[in-house]
Amino acid sequence: MVLYIVVALLALAAVAFLLGRGRALAVVGGEVARLHSLPAQHGSYLALCAAGPALLALAAWAIFSPGVETSIIKSRFAADLAGLGVPQVEAFIRDAKAIAFGGLVGFTDATKEAAAAAYRSIHTTSVVLIGSFCAALAVAGFLYGYRRIAPAFRARHVVERVVRIVLIACSVVAILTTIGIVMSLILESLLFFAEVPFFKFLFGLHWSPQSAFTGAGAEAGAVNQDIFGAIPLFVGTLLITFIAMIVAAPIGLMSAIYLSDYASKSVRAVAKPVLEILAGIPTVVYGFFAALTVAPFFRGMGESLGLDVASESAIAAGVVMGIMIIPFVSSLSDDVINAVPQSLRDGSAGLGATKSETIRKVVLPAALPGIVSAMLLAVSRAIGETMIVVMAAGLAANLSINPLEAVTTITVQIATLLVGDQEFDSAKTRAAFALGLVLFCATLALNVIALRVVKKYREQYD
Amino acid sequence: MTDIASTIGGGADRASGIHTNDAAKARLRGRYAAELRFKWLGAGAVALAGLFLLLLLSTIVTQALPAFRMNYLTVPVELSAENIDPANPAGANYLGIVQDALAAKFPDVTGRQERRLLRGIVSSGSGVFLRQAIENDPSMLGKTVEFSAPLDDFSDLYLKGLLAKSAEPQALNGVTVSAATGDVDLTFADDTVARLARGAGATDDTGVLRLTSSAASLFVDVAGGTVKLTEVGPGNTAKGIVLEALSAPVSAPAGAVLRTITTPEASRKISDREIVWLDNLKAQGAVESRWNTIFLFTGASREAELAGIWGAVVGSFLTLIVTLAVAFPIGVSAAIYLEEFAPKNRITTLIEVNINNLAAVPSIVFGLLGLAVFLNLFGMPRSAPVVGGLVLALMTLPIIIIASRASLRAVPPSIREAALGIGASKVQTVFHHVLPLAMPGIMTGTILGMAHALGETAPLLMIGMVAFIVDIPGGFTDPATILPVQIFMWADFPEPAFQQKTSAAILILLGFLVIMNAVAVILRKRFERRW
Repeated sequence: MVLYIVVALLALAAVAFLLGRGRALAVVGGEVARLHSLPAQHGSYLALCAAGPALLALAAWAIFSPGVETSIIKSRFAADLAGLGVPQVEAFIRDAKAIAFGGLVGFTDATKEAAAAAYRSIHTTSVVLIGSFCAALAVAGFLYGYRRIAPAFRARHVVERVVRIVLIACSVVAILTTIGIVMSLILESLLFFAEVPFFKFLFGLHWSPQSAFTGAGAEAGAVNQDIFGAIPLFVGTLLITFIAMIVAAPIGLMSAIYLSDYASKSVRAVAKPVLEILAGIPTVVYGFFAALTVAPFFRGMGESLGLDVASESAIAAGVVMGIMIIPFVSSLSDDVINAVPQSLRDGSAGLGATKSETIRKVVLPAALPGIVSAMLLAVSRAIGETMIVVMAAGLAANLSINPLEAVTTITVQIATLLVGDQEFDSAKTRAAFALGLVLFCATLALNVIALRVVKKYREQYD
Repeated sequence: MTDIASTIGGGADRASGIHTNDAAKARLRGRYAAELRFKWLGAGAVALAGLFLLLLLSTIVTQALPAFRMNYLTVPVELSAENIDPANPAGANYLGIVQDALAAKFPDVTGRQERRLLRGIVSSGSGVFLRQAIENDPSMLGKTVEFSAPLDDFSDLYLKGLLAKSAEPQALNGVTVSAATGDVDLTFADDTVARLARGAGATDDTGVLRLTSSAASLFVDVAGGTVKLTEVGPGNTAKGIVLEALSAPVSAPAGAVLRTITTPEASRKISDREIVWLDNLKAQGAVESRWNTIFLFTGASREAELAGIWGAVVGSFLTLIVTLAVAFPIGVSAAIYLEEFAPKNRITTLIEVNINNLAAVPSIVFGLLGLAVFLNLFGMPRSAPVVGGLVLALMTLPIIIIASRASLRAVPPSIREAALGIGASKVQTVFHHVLPLAMPGIMTGTILGMAHALGETAPLLMIGMVAFIVDIPGGFTDPATILPVQIFMWADFPEPAFQQKTSAAILILLGFLVIMNAVAVILRKRFERRW
């Protein structure tokens, strides 16, 4: 129904455009030069007048009407809902909506059927209301705009101002996204920290929110605060990140050096796409590779050496994550190394240094801030990576720095806490948002530090 | 001349000069060696990266290839009125009809367990296929027709040679067998069988070699049947069980064939009986390998042989459409504003910093945003492509904005100045001149952003796209799953057939990515202008 209104408004806009253009031409008798603005601009102006306010009203309605409808239902059925807790009321509303508008219905009874009927009638009324309101707005806007079309009317200015406002609105989406992320993480985390003290979460040594002890689910009264200690997750994340960087940093840096200073054109033509492909492979593929090939490989190798390697060892996930990050490190380092001016290399060569001496003693020190920043960005990337660790690292939170054991990470826990859950009001699911907040802050801090390092320590050579 | 030579030599003896003496030469050699080492280290790093890629791709491709073929069993099914009531065709047990047709091929199989094992050779979905075939061609009713049913996943894998390894068959001479069915005694002309049994890991029990389920399986094909050896010895005798009835007891020594399945029965997922039946069916020519259309064109299933990728492909497609429809206009508009209109002030700097930071936010955090805002706050449906598309759009927005800005910046100022000079307004300049020239670059960036979104998994797990959905999604609000999530789900299933399917799905995903990247490269090559 709403879709029909939108389509009708868009059709009206198209018609208004044609009419406005025709009207503009008509008022000057075809002499376009007498118009301040082009006929098409008058047309666009009329289209905006006709459809714009109505579309805005419709958007506002779409955002606010579900909440209003629900509160009307709640007040009408207040007597039936009086004795129920918040989750039950939500379930009631969900079922009533599902009965009314189609969907998966949990179970139904007479009250719910009545609520559904009320829902349907309220919704119909509300659609009819907004439909007629939109029609009125459209007609009024059209008449207003049509009257204003005149040779001296500055349609272009109006249209261009609207265009500019739309452009600004689009660039504000980025800010809104950030605000949305920060707000949703902080709000849910605050609810979580109301139940589990901040320091117990941040410095606790025991993590098992999935366990069936008190406090794991919504139904339990008191939350067991001792099962939300996140230190094992932080240690596991850092361990896997460390292993990944041991793989990625030398390989990425050396390949960047080789490609920028040694490789012939033909080698570069092959090697660059190889690295790009490595960067373009989805992380779920790396995860499958880690679980299927690399983890058994390390396990087999450990067995032949007499070591006990867990089947979801940190080293398997870490190494594969390292492979994933190689192209990231390499392309960032490549940019930095290429930015070192040729004159430095020439000067060093003129003093009799070999190429490798030039790179090690001149180019790398000059590029150091950039390389450090590249490494920090790579670390931030590794910390936030999810699929590889979800598929190849463990679920149990062992507090261990042994790379042969199974450890778990922040991202794994976020994923396992939220996947498959329908209710999002237990301490368990809120813990995932608290972890998300930690993750967000950590990656943000690393990025800011990376930028700072470059800004502060970069030498201006040119 | 001698004077000049000595001057060149630094006026001193060559052997003692600071740059020419032996120590200096050794130093130089050392430096050159270090140079060479460094160079090879760099080459090694690049080669290692290439090796990783090769390893990854070859693992996936070798795993994936078998999944594109599938074995079908052709059996004569009786579609008589007694099996299918013409008045009520929906009530018939189609799977039972196919299984009866299979059981009819092995009339000797009588035991309850054996019969169940035999009927499990065909896929439990065969009945559905038979019903579809009848719906397409009702004239089949009342006749006995040849019908091809897909095999169960384990049978299929065995026929592809992926479940059990077998050794070269060996010819035996002078074999006798005491009976045609049941437990039998065998005699052989020489000790070949005893040798092979010893090599197969039989346990030696005072001269008698017992072939337990942790040893390889030895089959003797003789007189049109198959005997499985259980004990070998003493001497050139053996005991066995007849798995496939012999035409008659062999009293006069006859020729036979000894087959060895080297993978022990205990460590494979298919029993000796099933192997004998399948080999028999294959020898009859009833099994046929075809392209796996089930995998390519159906939705998900818990049964490995019936699971298909099409639902996930459609889900991915719907999700990407939403992503593109949201991210492209918003991203390009934001880039135009920031690059062409924005004054240099604190707010625009804030927006720019914001966009750069958003590009570095872990993808799972976008999933949390989608869960908290789109699902919980706005009450949008779970597992729906529209929500997935919105989340991915927010995630790809920074990529598109950054690429579009770079592309707009590459348009030289002379274009703008020329347009402004002949009286175009700022908006006209941008939309009529700058934007069309920047479009190829913007499109390239957008396609790369879309490719990135196509491979993204983590945020979609958060918004419930990990649900098990059998139906092919028909709209933007239907529950759906997407390719990477399907890969993630299949990777977790224990059945070995799902591993091949996972690899095959990965291959399809990589295929889409290659196509998208190729289009981006072509766009760049064809339309990019250097000013």
